Parts: sequence; C-alpha cells; structure tokens
Amino acid sequence: MARVVVLGAGISGHTAAAFLRKKLSKKHEVVVISPSAYYEWIPSNIWVGVGRMKQKQVRFKLDKVYKRWKIQFHQAKAISIHPEGNAEHKKAFVKSVYSTGDQQGQEFVVEYDYLINATGPKLNFEATEGLGPGKNSHSVCSSSHAVESWNALKQIFEAAERGEHKKILVGTGHGSATCQGAAFEYTLNIAAEAKRRKILDKLDITWITNEYELGDFGMGGAYIKQNGYVVPTKVFTESILAEFGIKWIKRAGVYKLEPGVAHFELLDGTKDSIEFDFSMLIPAFAGSGITAFGKDDEDITAKLFMSNGFMKVDADYTPKEFEEYSVEDWPETYQSPEYENIFAIGIAFAPPHPISKPMKSVNGTPISPAPPRTGMPSGVTGKTTALNIAAKIEYNRSEIAHKASMGRMGAACIVSAGYGLFNGMAATMTVNPIVPDWENYPKYGRKINYTVGEMGLAGHWMKLSLHYMFLHKAKGYPFWWLIPE
Amino acid sequence: MKTNPKVYYEEAYPPVPLGFVRFMRKFFLWQLFRFFVLNYKVMRIVAYGHS
Ligand SMILES: Cc1cc2nc3c(=O)[nH]c(=O)nc-3n(C[C@H](O)[C@H](O)[C@H](O)COP(=O)(O)OP(=O)(O)OC[C@H]3O[C@@H](n4cnc5c(N)ncnc54)[C@H](O)[C@@H]3O)c2cc1C
Repeated sequence: MARVVVLGAGISGHTAAAFLRKKLSKKHEVVVISPSAYYEWIPSNIWVGVGRMKQKQVRFKLDKVYKRWKIQFHQAKAISIHPEGNAEHKKAFVKSVYSTGDQQGQEFVVEYDYLINATGPKLNFEATEGLGPGKNSHSVCSSSHAVESWNALKQIFEAAERGEHKKILVGTGHGSATCQGAAFEYTLNIAAEAKRRKILDKLDITWITNEYELGDFGMGGAYIKQNGYVVPTKVFTESILAEFGIKWIKRAGVYKLEPGVAHFELLDGTKDSIEFDFSMLIPAFAGSGITAFGKDDEDITAKLFMSNGFMKVDADYTPKEFEEYSVEDWPETYQSPEYENIFAIGIAFAPPHPISKPMKSVNGTPISPAPPRTGMPSGVTGKTTALNIAAKIEYNRSEIAHKASMGRMGAACIVSAGYGLFNGMAATMTVNPIVPDWENYPKYGRKINYTVGEMGLAGHWMKLSLHYMFLHKAKGYPFWWLIPE
Repeated sequence: MKTNPKVYYEEAYPPVPLGFVRFMRKFFLWQLFRFFVLNYKVMRIVAYGHS
C-alpha cells in the first residue's frame, strides 16, 4: 500500500488528487490536507466582486466529493515537511494543524510515500504597508474577499447613482506583484457594470500597474494577430482601457496605503500618491510558509524552498541576466531535486526567474511583475504529476513520462469585460508558449499563428462555459476527466 | 473659457473601436461563429501543452 499526500485543494491540488484516485487502485491511499472546507473556482471571483455571481456559485464543499472518491480529507494547514522522518517516525511525514471543529489548533502527523505541495500563494499583504482587506484596500483573490469587495463597491455605485463622483483604483499593490490579468479583468468588470447602471461618467477609474508597458501581464507582453496586423498586447490592452475611459499609471510600485490614498514609486524614482474611494490591489505572492526538518529535526527549509517560500523543483535556478533567460530553465517534472518523492505544482513551485525583464527604480526598488501562474498550467501540472506518481506506484516506473513545461505549454487568457448572455463581453487572448522561446521563434518569441486577441460576446460565452465546465469537473460529475485542464 | 483639446497624455493614443466593430462584437450570428473558431484555437493550444 502506498500513500500519496496532497497539500492544498485548489486548482492544482484538487486536479492532482482527482487523477491520483482515478489512476491508483483502491489499496493505495490518497490524502488531501487543506485549510478550507471549500473548493473555489477562483477565476469567477471577478463576477462575485461586481455582484453578478453569489459566493455559493463559485465554490462547493470538498468533503462530499472526497467521500464519494474515497479520498481522505483533513481540513487542516500543513506546517512542516519531514522528508527523512525523525526519531519518532521512521517514514517521511507532514505535520499539520486542524483549522476547524473540535480539533481546531491540534497538530497531527500524516506519513507519506509521495507528497505533492499544491499550497498556492500566500497573499502577502504585509509586504505593502496598509494594504489589504481590513486595512485600506480590497481583494478578489478569494471568494470571501470578493464578497467584501462587492459590499464596498456597491456603496460606491449607490453614491454614483445619487450623482456623486467617486474615484476607483485597481491594479497591483506591490512593485513585484503578479496576477495583472485578474486585476485588469476586475477593472473592466467595474467599468462594464457602471456602464450598465449608466453611472460610468460619475466614476474616475484608474488602473495602476507595475508593468513597464500595459499588456505585459508578467510574461513580457506578447504579440497577437489582429485584423491583418501583428499587434503587441500593449496596444490591445490600452485600447480596451481607453474605450472604457479608464486612465492608467504604469511602472508603479505601490509601497504604502493610507485610508483613501495609495503611495507609489515610479521606475524613474519619483514618488507620488493617488486618492481613491474604493481600491482593489493585488498583493505580492509568497510561498505558503511551510518549513522542513531533517532526520535529527534540524531545519532544512532552505534545502526544499527558496527564500520566498516557493518550493524548488527541476528548474535551473542559476542567477542569470534577462538576456540569458531560456525556456530550458523552466521545470517540466516538478520534482524536488533533493527528494524524488516530493513534487510542487501550480503556484507552489519556485519559478527559475521572472519572464518579464526585472527592473529597479533609480532608488533600487524592484518594479516589475513576477511570473504569472494561471489556472491552465496549474491544472496541467496537477494532472501530469498525478499520472507520474501513479505510474511509479502501479508500474514501478523510474522515469518520469509526463512532462509539462511553461516553455512549451500555451495559455488562453479570457479577460471578462462585462457579464450577460447577450450583453457580456470578454477579451480572448492566447499565447503559445507562455514563456517566450526566442531560439525557436526568433521574431515574436512565440508561435504567432497560435495567437488570438479579440473582444466580443463569444469570449464571455467561453468564460461562462469554462466556469460551468470546470466546476462540473471539480465536482467529479459524469465524464469529468474528459474536460481538459 | 475654452480648454485645449485633450492630447499629450497616455490615454489619448490607443486605437478605439468605431460603431461597426462594436456592433460585430455583439452581433449574435457572428459571435456564434467566433465562439467555435475561438474554441478551436484554444483547444489546439490545450492539446499540445503537455506530453
Ligand atoms: C481573482 C483571480 C482571477 C483569476 N482568473 C484567472 C483566469 O481567468 N484564468 C486563469 O487561468 N487563472 C486565473 N487566475 C489564477 C488561478 O486562480 C491560479 O493560477 C490558480 O488558482 C492556482 O492554483 P493553485 O492550486 O496553485 O493555487 P490555489 O488555487 O490558490 O490553491 C491553493 C490551495 O492550497 C491551500 N493551502 C494554502 N496553504 C496551505 C497549507 N499550509 N497547507 C495545506 N493547504 C494549504 C489553499 O487553501 C488552497 O486550497 C486568477 C486568480 C485570481 C486571484
């Protein structure tokens, strides 16, 4: 009997657990440890944040699904990994702490044969003074945050409906934040919703970003084919903002928030501030903060994790200049170089370096996006890792057959810009690969024939169908495995 | 007082769509066609993403 422990039940961890259960015979155990009782389809939080979806539409309780799949579920937070065991436990184990019920706060240990770290990002609000829910800004990074955002935004809309002018600030809340796509999507949805309510002229909406140029999205921007031209995503993105009358501030690292004011530094070193009545700013991301200990209980966290808390995998972490970045630096098996039975997937793995060119202001403040890790690579790495572990357990395979590199994988980014079956709108963008491959595609860094960039109702239908399809899949409804990641 | 035209600022430069483009973005039949085209393009990317 082998036991596979999955830490985290987000997009990557839940996908991995589902495929492990499907591929492994019943004598093997799959255990999931995650602090929330729910699975959340995070991309739809945007619609919760503008009041077009309810929280219950974007999440469901995991216990029923795991009971049906015969997966053991602990609603708990992993705190440390002990890959060599210790004096008490011969086998490798994970220590966790229950996050609910009578056992809340109680620590427990689960031994493992294989471990998947799928703990996603820690929303590092603390990295920016005054940032985050409960302080001076809102977030849509979890559905609960999105509910709070909507409650605050609703009041802004109501004030605008009474004829008051209001200022809205959306974007990145730290010089090294990522997830520009989600924040951009939220800006457009606020504008679209305001337009529907006929109050757009009462709102002064500003998009603030750490990107060098708009449309960078943490992947160094991209070129897309549009109306017979090859167009940089900068033009595409700016055009959408201009159409909605949204202003922007780029090359900005937000470093402090006070009630109604955001302070930022620009790449040229100047410092400025902007007032707002409502703001949603994405924080910097860090790893989940799990530690690691060796056989003699010595701290080996630095052996498994980078200093930012993300787990080291089969990437090339040699420090390099931007000009030397290569797709070969990116991981493809997500296996720890130290322990071959440990894997890190989704956002939990440490990328080798950014994709966008790292930049610092004249004062030395880093102001450029961290690499994005979107839903598709998270699902794909979840599935491939599950298949690799299942092959090891069931067929004793030593080699890793299933590989998935962000240097070969494409991404479809559907940026919602309004909700409604006949009035909805979304910008559909595709890039392939995610990490530009300048060796194989010297002109544009990517396969230009695989790109799209267009606004339209069709994009909204796609985004909506993805919402229903991925929730169908996550709930394990009939033929769930036929739905690709 | 007459104010100068709003130029020489970032937001003044990007292309903005005119009526026909905006109409086609919501024209049901055209969008239905685009829905299938876009799905095909996305599926092409999904299919070759991993081995
Ligand atoms: C608002 C928003 C919109 C987005 N929209 C899109 C989109 O349209 N398309 C797209 O492709 N991507 C989108 N993304 C990105 C996408 O949501 C992420 O890529 C994806 O969620 C990452 O999956 P993950 O499994 O790595 O992390 P998560 O989904 O964050 O899951 C991490 C899991 O680990 C758990 N966990 C945390 N700490 C611990 C611990 N110590 N022990 C155990 N468990 C732990 C968490 O509770 C959670 O269940 C969006 C992101 C945001 C924030």
